[in-house]
Amino acid sequence: MNVVVEKIFFSEKVAKLVIQAPEIARSRKAGHFVIVRVDKFGERIPLTIAGANIEKGTIDIIVQEVGVSSSKLCKLNAGDTILDVVGPLGKATHIEKVGTVIAAGGGVGIAPLFPIVEAFKKAGNRVITVLAARNKDLIILEDQMRQFSDEVIVMTDDGSSGKKGLVTQGIEEVIAREKVDLAVAIGPAVMMKFAALTTKKYDIPTLASLNTIMVDGTGMCGACRVSVGGETKFVCVDGPEFDAHKVNFDEMLFRLSAYQKQEVEAFQSFLNK
Amino acid sequence: MENLTTYLTQERDQEWRTEIRAKIKLKERTLKLRVKMNEVDPDIRNKNSVEVNSGLTVDQALLEAQRCVDCIDPTCITGCPVGINIPKFIKKIEIGDFLSAASVLKETNTLPAVCGRVCPQEKQCEAQCYYTLKLKKEPVAIGYLERFAADYEQNSGKMSIPEVEKSNNLKVAAIGSGPASLAWAADMAKFGYDVTVFEALHEIGGVLKYGIPEFRLPNTVVDVEIESLREMGVKFITNFIVGRTASFEDLRTQGFQAFFVASGAGLPRFMDIPGENYIGVFSSNEYLTRVNLMNAANPEYDTPVMSGKNVAVIGGGNTAMDAVRTAKRLGAETSRIIYRRSLNEMPARVEEVKHAMEEGIEFLNLNNPLEYYADENGRVNRMKVQKMELGEPDSSGRRSPVPIEGSEYFLDVDTVIVSVGVSPNPLIPACLSDLKVSKWGTIIVDKETMQSSIPDIFAGGDIVRGGATVILAMGDGRKAAAGMHQYIAEKVKK
Ligand SMILES: Cc1cc2nc3c(=O)[nH]c(=O)nc-3n(C[C@H](O)[C@H](O)[C@H](O)COP(=O)(O)OP(=O)(O)OC[C@H]3O[C@@H](n4cnc5c(N)ncnc54)[C@H](O)[C@@H]3O)c2cc1C
Ligand code: FES
Repeated sequence: MNVVVEKIFFSEKVAKLVIQAPEIARSRKAGHFVIVRVDKFGERIPLTIAGANIEKGTIDIIVQEVGVSSSKLCKLNAGDTILDVVGPLGKATHIEKVGTVIAAGGGVGIAPLFPIVEAFKKAGNRVITVLAARNKDLIILEDQMRQFSDEVIVMTDDGSSGKKGLVTQGIEEVIAREKVDLAVAIGPAVMMKFAALTTKKYDIPTLASLNTIMVDGTGMCGACRVSVGGETKFVCVDGPEFDAHKVNFDEMLFRLSAYQKQEVEAFQSFLNK
Repeated sequence: MENLTTYLTQERDQEWRTEIRAKIKLKERTLKLRVKMNEVDPDIRNKNSVEVNSGLTVDQALLEAQRCVDCIDPTCITGCPVGINIPKFIKKIEIGDFLSAASVLKETNTLPAVCGRVCPQEKQCEAQCYYTLKLKKEPVAIGYLERFAADYEQNSGKMSIPEVEKSNNLKVAAIGSGPASLAWAADMAKFGYDVTVFEALHEIGGVLKYGIPEFRLPNTVVDVEIESLREMGVKFITNFIVGRTASFEDLRTQGFQAFFVASGAGLPRFMDIPGENYIGVFSSNEYLTRVNLMNAANPEYDTPVMSGKNVAVIGGGNTAMDAVRTAKRLGAETSRIIYRRSLNEMPARVEEVKHAMEEGIEFLNLNNPLEYYADENGRVNRMKVQKMELGEPDSSGRRSPVPIEGSEYFLDVDTVIVSVGVSPNPLIPACLSDLKVSKWGTIIVDKETMQSSIPDIFAGGDIVRGGATVILAMGDGRKAAAGMHQYIAEKVKK
């Protein structure tokens, strides 16, 4: 049982939970995730470890309310418990000094991007962070990002914060003015697809962190499989980060929609309860 | 070997055994017909998760026990991977002492209620029975009787908790909580160790919980055994992935003296044919895990599962049978097995194939999938299949399937479950660079002690054998316990 120590809302639908998980706090690195099952009836869902405090034995996860499981999590308060938390899972991000890094985060992808921005900065890179979302409310962690970025560019679809436009425009803007050695893109699959197409034009090596459907998170089921460079890979053990130029995002988009109908129905009945 | 023979003879010569043997004439015993297992009607059971076999009644068990002629040379025992003293437990049933029968089973088998249900008896003990070998008649129903005695004990409320030695305060750990680990834990607890079992998932039991369905092995049957291990002092820690949550080095620092790696063969194989990543194509592990571990078929639970109308399961093993029968139970109109060899080569337990046929599963044997197709939403809707014929025997001794040119045809499907085998779980080998593994990724161990190339690490079960069986996994667990006990004794002496 893992106790929720603290909850902070970043926006109406996005919350940070600080949970007691001392072993995971000690073992985790940037890029790792956990699988969480909120209660006996809950699904096993993957969530990136956005930060950790080894002394306090806690990890941070950031949850956006999109379906039943994420809503249940967002409803938890300090003192509540989460039934199962297991991790750290996945391969850690390979962090080294490469020069200039563009870190592009879209929507709830901003949360998993944060530990990576922090790690690249601490490794001595120049880090330019591009945050993008539909509107101002969905831009989260901006202040924290500024702490570890040389520059933060904010893009919103409606112009309610930063510049009006898409994440790709922000990326193009940076590439136009300076040499970029690496790009990291995390967000909805469509956003990563277009970010990858953009950087490919300029031959900039690009990593994407994939948020596929998962069950066990230990390589046991294959629910999380994607095609990368024509080969099938399991995101939970081979990833979650892959060469974005090789990922078949169209296939991934299809697979993400596998349970859409059931999910929408389940969410409706959950809201009506 | 000689010791064993002497021991078996001494046991057989005991007064109670001689007496019960003399009660019924040999001829009369062999004229009796093999008992039929009581089963739930196929048309009822294929719509829910009730256990298919309901077990034998007391009268049935007594009659079946009388069939066993208590041979001088009990060949059946040679067919049992853990060497259960089969005639002894059967004769205990014949005299009506069912609890003692269960204790006999437990001398060598930690999970008789499980093995009575899932062992391939027709290839093991029952294949070596006097009736099979000499009389060419149906063997004594050893599996049914094993289950009978074990269930009797479970239901009696008088579970015997094995005695454990005085604690020696030495900590040991197992990685994984499948049958290999449970068997190991029981022996280590008996030796007096402080035993911890780490499990990555949120449930204890490994494949017994996440893989084998309720209609074949009810969870409660496994839970009773886990409870008795708890009473023996075994600690279970779920949601803990050794090598991730903590490293072996961390655990050594915490005082663990030795480890038993029983992490299973969890990695599902696919066939690498076009269209395998369309929506609606699953591994059997995913399908079964959703239903068994996550309760996806129960609307109270949040995890979804696709319940297709036209389901094809690729493969012919126990896992394929479990998946296809699960699909039927979730409401499939057609659920088919597509298997590239013939019925004779099927690795599944004979009883499972029989049950599947009764339940209305179609078998397309000597057929092999070539490609899957999908609708505009990416959901699988059709597959291309090729017919096969049997050629020469391959290295496994089975006749290998050869494609028949020009025999391709199409089938409409909306769900495909790929069940063509599993590979060893790579998590542990990946985090121990000194660990010697085979080219298949299985951990290499000494066959007697189960010790790996790293002295304080032992291994057994599917991680050593590739996908095998519950009973072989348990046998490994017991060997590893003996090997580890000796290793620690020497280490502590130094
Ligand atoms: C659907 C299905 C049906 C089957 N039917 C039969 C049958 O009828 N008869 C039969 O004899 N056999 C059957 N088998 C095979 C049998 O179940 C296996 O051979 C047996 O369970 C292997 O036992 P094990 O202890 O080696 O591993 P498993 O039962 O696979 O258990 C391994 C456990 O280790 C855990 N683990 C892995 N890595 C770690 C880690 N790093 N840290 C912590 N935990 C970890 C896993 O989560 C898992 O729970 C079947 C298998 C399947 C999948
Ligand atoms: S989530 Fe099951 S294999 Fe990745």
